[in-house]
Amino acid sequence: MLLEKLSNLDGASGDEAEVRNFIKGKVKNYVTNIEVDPFGNLICFKKGRKKSPIIIIDAHMDEVGFMITGKRQDGTLTFSKVGGINTSVVIAKTLRIGRKKIRGVVGIKPVHLLEKEERKKVPTLKELYIDVGAKSDKELKDIEIGDFAYFDTDFERLSNNVIKGKAFDDRVGCSLLIDIARKEFNFPLYTVFSTQEEIGLRGARVIGNRINADYAIILEGTGAGDFPSRKENARVPFLGKGPTLTVMDRSMIADRELLEIIINIAKREKISYQLKQPGIGGTDAGRIQVSQRGVKCSVIAVPARYIHSPVSLMNTKDYRDTFKLVMAVLRHLGRGR
Amino acid sequence: MDDLKTLLKKLSEATGVSAMEKDVKDIVKEELAKLKIPFKEDLVGNIVALKKGSRGAGKVMLASHIDEIGLMVTFLDENILRFTTVGGIDERILPGQEVIVYGKRPLKGVIGSIPPHFVSKEKQNKVLSTEELFIDVGLSAKELKRNVETGNFVGLRKNFQELMNERYSGKSLDNRVSVLSLLLLFDELKRINHNWDVYSAFTVQEEITGLGAVSSSYNIQPDVGIAVDVGFGKQSNFPSEYTVELDKGPAIAIGPNLHPGLESSIVQIAKDYEVPYQIVAAPGVTGTDACDIQISRQGIPTILVSIPLLYMHTPCEVVMLKDVKRTARLLSLFISHLSSDMFKGDKYAT
Repeated sequence: MLLEKLSNLDGASGDEAEVRNFIKGKVKNYVTNIEVDPFGNLICFKKGRKKSPIIIIDAHMDEVGFMITGKRQDGTLTFSKVGGINTSVVIAKTLRIGRKKIRGVVGIKPVHLLEKEERKKVPTLKELYIDVGAKSDKELKDIEIGDFAYFDTDFERLSNNVIKGKAFDDRVGCSLLIDIARKEFNFPLYTVFSTQEEIGLRGARVIGNRINADYAIILEGTGAGDFPSRKENARVPFLGKGPTLTVMDRSMIADRELLEIIINIAKREKISYQLKQPGIGGTDAGRIQVSQRGVKCSVIAVPARYIHSPVSLMNTKDYRDTFKLVMAVLRHLGRGR
Repeated sequence: MDDLKTLLKKLSEATGVSAMEKDVKDIVKEELAKLKIPFKEDLVGNIVALKKGSRGAGKVMLASHIDEIGLMVTFLDENILRFTTVGGIDERILPGQEVIVYGKRPLKGVIGSIPPHFVSKEKQNKVLSTEELFIDVGLSAKELKRNVETGNFVGLRKNFQELMNERYSGKSLDNRVSVLSLLLLFDELKRINHNWDVYSAFTVQEEITGLGAVSSSYNIQPDVGIAVDVGFGKQSNFPSEYTVELDKGPAIAIGPNLHPGLESSIVQIAKDYEVPYQIVAAPGVTGTDACDIQISRQGIPTILVSIPLLYMHTPCEVVMLKDVKRTARLLSLFISHLSSDMFKGDKYAT
């Protein structure tokens, strides 16, 4: 599993080069054609014996992160989010900044000095800053406005099946997709690593316009809902209970026929699966589905807890089961009707 | 001694939540042994090291607490752990932190956070209380039951990290930088004559009750007490009344908790030997070991020397090693000049 390396790489929306270069090296010997489109999407084509069906499998390379917006005279940095992050998970974390991966901390006022009201309120990002140890802005030559910054998290195994890291959304999809790109298929298959999903599914829009496909399957790392037993919180999907299928999210309603096919295959192959709570999140499927003459789309995701934070958890059994399911679905679709 | 950076990394990354300071103590013991300084562990777990003076003119006790703030498991809630705080934890910093749960075996885990997809915007601005937060070690409810129980300690986990300008960031630099300065002090004292016996108490449970300071000062009955702790360094956007800064040397506190004669003496020595120092106003009782040392037995003339530190009680505290070295140097000079004239008589009158 390449997920360990992929999770430790840095690639926020618009800064996917590090991830893209890594993936290129891993798939180039297994595909007929490989290109980077003007949007930064990595489009790999595997020519099959047959002419149809044409299938896209897509995973996005980008993660949520930060961008440096300014240098202040006292040597601290102002910053902004790239994608959706709760400010509460940013406080008192170490970030790595830019290509040189300069470390800085997001410090806050010590608890001893807080007024009562301050204790109850999450500071806004405008009140926070990054401290790299510089004493003035003149010392910040290695950092530019516009540099990206990332949670400084190391991938780790917590128990037999559970792993910890950042950016499982969607490096888990990238890892699966690399595994898939290395297999042989008898139909034309586009394995597509997209960009800028986290700021509005933007890479997928041009992918849908570029490739005229019959089916698209989107591989995701989706938020697990198995937080502690609090009624107001979502419950599905659970960690360890298998690949997660989308019926409807905020970007689309999945193709009913394709969803049925996937569910039937899961049942036949005895792979436990779960349905994602409807109405939450959005994926590249929402863009690819509405491109050209329309594309039959489905999302197959690995659940991960605490996504969009410095530390998400994932179950490796879900990874293996998702791989098995996607392979079975591809073989099935490849046989045609 | 190991190089200071390596030693500070070791001290910072070790877990020593109040009342489970063993891992930190082991490091201190190892270093004291290397320095050939004899030490004992007392009834409550303080490590007390002693370097005899050439004349036995008096007893000075330095105190640095070795414990850190942390968490404790309150109960198992299905597959996750509920917890309470040990010491002054800021709830705002908890979501998304990494921890170690000291169950039957140490378990790495994280403090969970609910992704933005699941939470309304307004709720995102509310600080979650410790009752709402939880720890996830990636085990099933059944496995969790076998490994963890109520009362298990939990430490925050953080890599020690070098920043620019020889600044270092990590957890528990409050108060491991002071621990380091006392180890460094023993090294300095090898090269400088001192008439007084020098006791160093590495104290337990400062973050809770000051147990370590109470017991060690009672046992040792020093003539002079010196608490070494960390002080708030000036941060960006900081209120103007905080004036202590990183890279400007140790801060010497002035106030009712400190002895004016000793305080003015150490300031004079800093001036004479050109050791950078700063003055910090301590209008009330300092939240340090000095608080308990001063009222031990019949009262002990006490001073407080603080090493400037940013972002106190977070896992990304920031310090400068230079300030640690200056602290050790100033303390060694002060100790070598110690005399009862510094505190005898009514120094409060002048």
